[in-house]
This record gives sequence, structure tokens and C-alpha cells, in this order.
Amino acid sequence: MGLRTLAGMPPALSVQALEKRYDGVQALAGVDLVVEEGELVGLLGPNGAGKSTLVKIACGLVRPTSGAVEICGAPPTSADARRALGYLAELFRFPGWYSADELLSLHQRLAGSDGDRAERAELLRLVGLDEAADRSIDTMSKGMQQRLGIAQALIGSPRLLLLDEPTSALDPAGRRTVRTLLEELRGRGVAVMLNSHLLSEVELVCDRVAIISRGKFVAEGSPEELSHARGVEIETGSGMHSFPDAEREDAPRLVADLVARGESVYEVRILRTSLEESYLEVVEDTQE
Amino acid sequence: MSAVRVIAGYALQEAVRRRVFSVVLWLTTLFMALYGLALWQVFKRVADIHPPNGIEPRPFAGATVFGLSMFATMFLGVVLGVFLTLGVVGGDAERGLLQPLLVRPVSRTQLLLGRLVAAVAVCTVYVACVYTILLLMTGLIGGWWPDRIALPAVELAAGVATVAALSLLGSVFLSATANGIAVFIVFGAGLVAGLLGSIGEALGSGTLKTAAHVASWALPFEALYQDGLAKITEHTAGFASFILKLGPFGGAHAAGPLLGVWIAGYVLVVSALALAGFTRRDL
Ligand SMILES: Nc1ncnc2c1ncn2[C@@H]1O[C@H](COP(=O)(O)OP(=O)(O)O)[C@@H](O)[C@H]1O
Ligand SMILES: [Mg+2]
Repeated sequence: MGLRTLAGMPPALSVQALEKRYDGVQALAGVDLVVEEGELVGLLGPNGAGKSTLVKIACGLVRPTSGAVEICGAPPTSADARRALGYLAELFRFPGWYSADELLSLHQRLAGSDGDRAERAELLRLVGLDEAADRSIDTMSKGMQQRLGIAQALIGSPRLLLLDEPTSALDPAGRRTVRTLLEELRGRGVAVMLNSHLLSEVELVCDRVAIISRGKFVAEGSPEELSHARGVEIETGSGMHSFPDAEREDAPRLVADLVARGESVYEVRILRTSLEESYLEVVEDTQE
Repeated sequence: MSAVRVIAGYALQEAVRRRVFSVVLWLTTLFMALYGLALWQVFKRVADIHPPNGIEPRPFAGATVFGLSMFATMFLGVVLGVFLTLGVVGGDAERGLLQPLLVRPVSRTQLLLGRLVAAVAVCTVYVACVYTILLLMTGLIGGWWPDRIALPAVELAAGVATVAALSLLGSVFLSATANGIAVFIVFGAGLVAGLLGSIGEALGSGTLKTAAHVASWALPFEALYQDGLAKITEHTAGFASFILKLGPFGGAHAAGPLLGVWIAGYVLVVSALALAGFTRRDL
């Protein structure tokens, strides 16, 4: 994919030939990805595929073995990249002795955000915690803490949001709140990369999905493209012929060829798989 | 610089809210009560004490008791300093507390520096307060004042700061529990070195004395403590050559002017190692 620029603006996130080896474990084996301004990209993959590693390298928490990452054109460990970034880790904890409001205030100071009380109140309202501003984090459920984590990630109006399994502790209503929020953010031009193993979630909000398995991208496209995986099956007098690479448009030609060879055609099936099926397919192929 | 200040403020808030202070304050109060009792007992019958070599009983009792209280001051300061630093990197990273801070425009250098500054500031204030109270108790109850007042306190605080820096270094490589154990082993090793020095002194063994001396500079909180002990009887004739050299955790040993330089370099190197390890660490 390489580095693309939109009207001269560097992409929110660009990842090139990224590799990461922990001692003995190849977590990422050469990954390329570009997330443009205002784009919502879902990173799907089984446990251990390398999703968290990719995100942690993007926020400068993990050092890549090789390859390059840029956040809005700046290296991940630079202050510029950090100012453009909001992050919620998969396994996070916030100091239990803080209240929600105090936590956001700390992050405002660290981010150098000039947002004041109003920014904090607005963010808490966005994630449905406006009643809990003064509540200590110790007394919050995991789901509330996760929503607070999303509010924390939004401090300082980041241009890129990296969310690692942000809804793992949320109930269906909480997930819906987050979905609505993500759609609103996209409207404001914020780029989002969302790690998940929840297909339905990704299917519902993401513009683009990248499926990762064993440290490599194995499929990429819009949810529609991925869920309408190709393949045509034609049943003839001599049995079933399958054309796994064929698309709907190829069907008339395939039928004509078979008829020309003297086959009698009984049925033509255009195979469409759900996102889940194509996910399982590509992931299982690489897990063998 | 402002990031360092924010991190230091966060560290202080953490210490207060997690009741680190209240635990240490309780221990300190308990110790002071016992110390007061001991002072009262000792000085009630100070005339019955017969120190050898014609040393006066009052300075003899005062210096011995106050020397021990200096050790307790350093020990309590170390407990506080280790509490404040033992999980700064490894412990907080394992719990997921560290990562949200480090994706902000805060470098790892600034984070370590903020944490060190907070720990050193807290420990310095603590040591200064405890030392002053114990000094006043000794002076008012026992009627004895050390020859040098301020310098021993500075040395104790510097000793505690050295241990806090070591604990920060350990936190880069170890989990909180492992680091806590490791730091107290290192601290214990310093005390053992002091004890060996005292034994060497008593037996007149040069080898033992040299080994203990080298160890006390390798773990320089011990050298600082010994120098502090030497300072409290600096002008008392005939004293330095005698009893305080046999303190249970290291006797008085004037370290000379190089100690300050050595400590500054030591803390700098320990901090640089911590930073080098931290920079390489995946979180
Ligand atoms: N700090 C680490 N040390 C060693 N191996 C790690 C470390 N972090 C992740 N891994 C390994 O790297 C691979 C990818 O992990 P991760 O990125 O967490 O996957 P995901 O988020 O997709 O579940 C896994 O095999 C995991 O065990
Ligand atoms: Mg993960």
C-alpha cells in the first residue's frame, strides 16, 4: 500500500513492513497498513494474532524489530505523535484512588490539553458517565472503567484513536453507546483503529476491515467485500464443478463453456459467505 | 519540565491516597515513643555508666543512643523510599497503570525523573523531620547535643535517596514484589558490611576492615551512615577512636570529602542504567 497522502496530509497511521519478534515469538511478520483521516478501520483476528502488538508499536510502547510506523507523519515516540493520539489498552487499569474527573484532569495536564472542566464534562457525557464524575474509580464496574478509558483516550481531541478491544467488558447497551460514539467521531474526521475479535461489532461500524492471523494480514476490504466472498458452483450431469475464484459476473461465461463442452447444467450457485464465515475461512487456512 | 512536575505530583498524590504515609507515620510514632522511653531510662542513671578511657558518661550515652536512632531514621526513610519506588516500572506496567501515562507526550526519562524527584523530596522532608525530633528529644531529655547538627541529617537523607534510586533501577527489571525483596537484600548487605567492619575493628583484622570499607562504598548508603556517625562526635576528644567504631550496623568512619562526589556519580550512573533498561523495555 505504501505511503499515500490525501491532499498533502500524511495519513493518520501508516505502517510499513512492520515486524516484531519477542524472544522466540514472531508476533508480527511484515505488516502494511494505512489509516486515513476520518477512517474507521477494524483489526480482526484470533487471540495471539498480533493485534495488540501492532497497536502498542503504534503508540511507542513496544519497539519494532524492523519496519516503520508514522502517526500523522511523526514517529510514534515523538511528542507530536503522542499529541495526535488517543489510546485505550486491552488490559488497562486506572488509579483506583482517583475519581473519574481527577483522572481526566491528570490526562489533560499530561496531554497539554487546554480543555478545562467543560472538556471533561463533555467527554463523561459522551460515554454516559456524567453522573459518575466524582465517583472513585475503585467503586466502578469494569464496564464503567472501560467507558472512562474511552473518555480518557479522547482527551485533547486526538486525530487518531487506537482502541484495543474497547468493548470487552461492556453489555449490549454499552456496546451500542460506543458504536454511536465511534460514528460521531468519524463524522468529526477522527481516524479510528479498533481491535476486536467481535465480528458483529466490526461489521456494524467499520469502513474497512483487516484480518490478521499469525502476524500477517490475510484479508482486507470493506465488510461488504469480505462478507461477499467469491466462488461459483455449477451442478452438471457429470457432477459438481466449483470455481472458487470466480465471481457473479463470471457465471454466464462458465455456464457457456460447460455447455459448449456438452455438459448439461442443472444449477448455478453464487457463493456468498457472511463476514464470520470468510473470517473463519482465512483464519483457519493460516492456523493449519 | 512540566511533564516531570505533573508526574511528580501524581506520585505524591498516589502516596497520600494509598496510605503509604500513614503506615510509615504510625511506625515512626511507635519508634519515637520507644526511643523516648529508652532515653529516659538511660539518662535517669547516667552517673552509673562507667565508660572506659576517661570519656564522660553523658556524651558516651548520648552519642551511642543517638547513633542508633540515626540508623532507625535511615531504616524508616528507606522503607518509605522503597514503598514509593518499588513498582514504578515493572509493577505498574504489569497492572496496566503505566501505559496510559506513557502514550501521552511524556518521555520515559521524564517519567523516571518525576518519580525519583517525588521520592527524594518526600524522603528528604521525612528524614529531616524525624532527625530533628530525635535530636530535640536527645538534647532535651538527655542533655547531649551532637558536634555536627545538620550534616549527619543531610547524609542520612542522601543515603535514603541512594536506596530509592536503586529501587527505581530494580523496578525496571523486576516485578514489584521481587524488587522489594531485592532492594531489602541490597540494604541488608550494606548493614552486613558495616557489621563486618565492626568485627574487623574488634579483632584488629585489616583484611576484614578493607573488605567492609570497599563494600560500604559499593553500597554507599552505608558509607554515608558511617560518616554521619563520625560527624556526631567529630570534636569530642578520644571518642572517634573508641566506642562508636563498633556500632552494630557499621561504626563511625569519616569518609572524607570525596564521598559527596561519589554519591552524586553513583546516583547518576544508577539512574542512567535505569533509563537505558527502561528505554529498551517493551510495555
Ligand atoms: N511481551 C511479550 N513477550 C513475549 N511474547 C509476547 C509478548 N506480547 C505478546 N507476545 C506474543 O506475541 C503474539 C501476539 O500477541 P498479541 O499482539 O497480544 O495478540 P492479540 O492482541 O492479537 O491477541 C502472541 O503469540 C503473544 O504470546
Ligand atoms: Mg490483544
